[in-house]
Amino acid sequence: MARSIKKGPYVDHKLEKKVQLMNEGTIKKAVIKTWSRRSTITPDFVGHTFAVHNGNKFIPVYVTEFMVGHKLGEFAPTRNFKGHSNKKQQ
Amino acid sequence: MARIAGIDLPRNKSGEIGLTYIYGIGRSTARYILDKAGIDPQKKVKDWNDEELTQIRSIINNEIKVEGALRSEVQLNIKRLLDIGCYRGLRHRKGLPVRGQRTRTNARTRKGRRKTVAGKKKAPKK
Repeated sequence: MARSIKKGPYVDHKLEKKVQLMNEGTIKKAVIKTWSRRSTITPDFVGHTFAVHNGNKFIPVYVTEFMVGHKLGEFAPTRNFKGHSNKKQQ
Repeated sequence: MARIAGIDLPRNKSGEIGLTYIYGIGRSTARYILDKAGIDPQKKVKDWNDEELTQIRSIINNEIKVEGALRSEVQLNIKRLLDIGCYRGLRHRKGLPVRGQRTRTNARTRKGRRKTVAGKKKAPKK
């Protein structure tokens, strides 16, 4: 079920604060490392690069305006399936 | 012959059903259109006069996205998902179900006809 509109989009508080500080220019850092895959991308995020954890390593995600409304986790796949092995050749 | 949005409507069906032959119009939208035009939904397509036809046409033109315009909108939405590289886009790219359905079995609508793998072990008989 989709999230109630009454609550507004969910963004991890820490992440929100960091982005805000970066937008104000208080802190300068190119990449934000984050485990918060569950956070919705808000318009404030556009133009920043996030290193989103996929359970193994951090995947760099450059946020564009088309990504607004999606979650950070959608851009860092957790499974890596390259196809089945070819038994005949072995 | 009733021709709306580039589609020939079946002549012998009621208006409510006949309109659903247009891509983007289902039963409820068809009812809404006929309601607004003040036409009985049960009235056959062939019994519509010119005035009623123009009215239906204008409602569809002004309020509802149908056929080519709707198809291209859907394609653009999918293309957006592909371009931003999100999970749903990846699933579209691979031709697998997008909304989290199982793929161990079933999912044949997305995956197409079964491709049999040679040498794959069958479940042991009991």
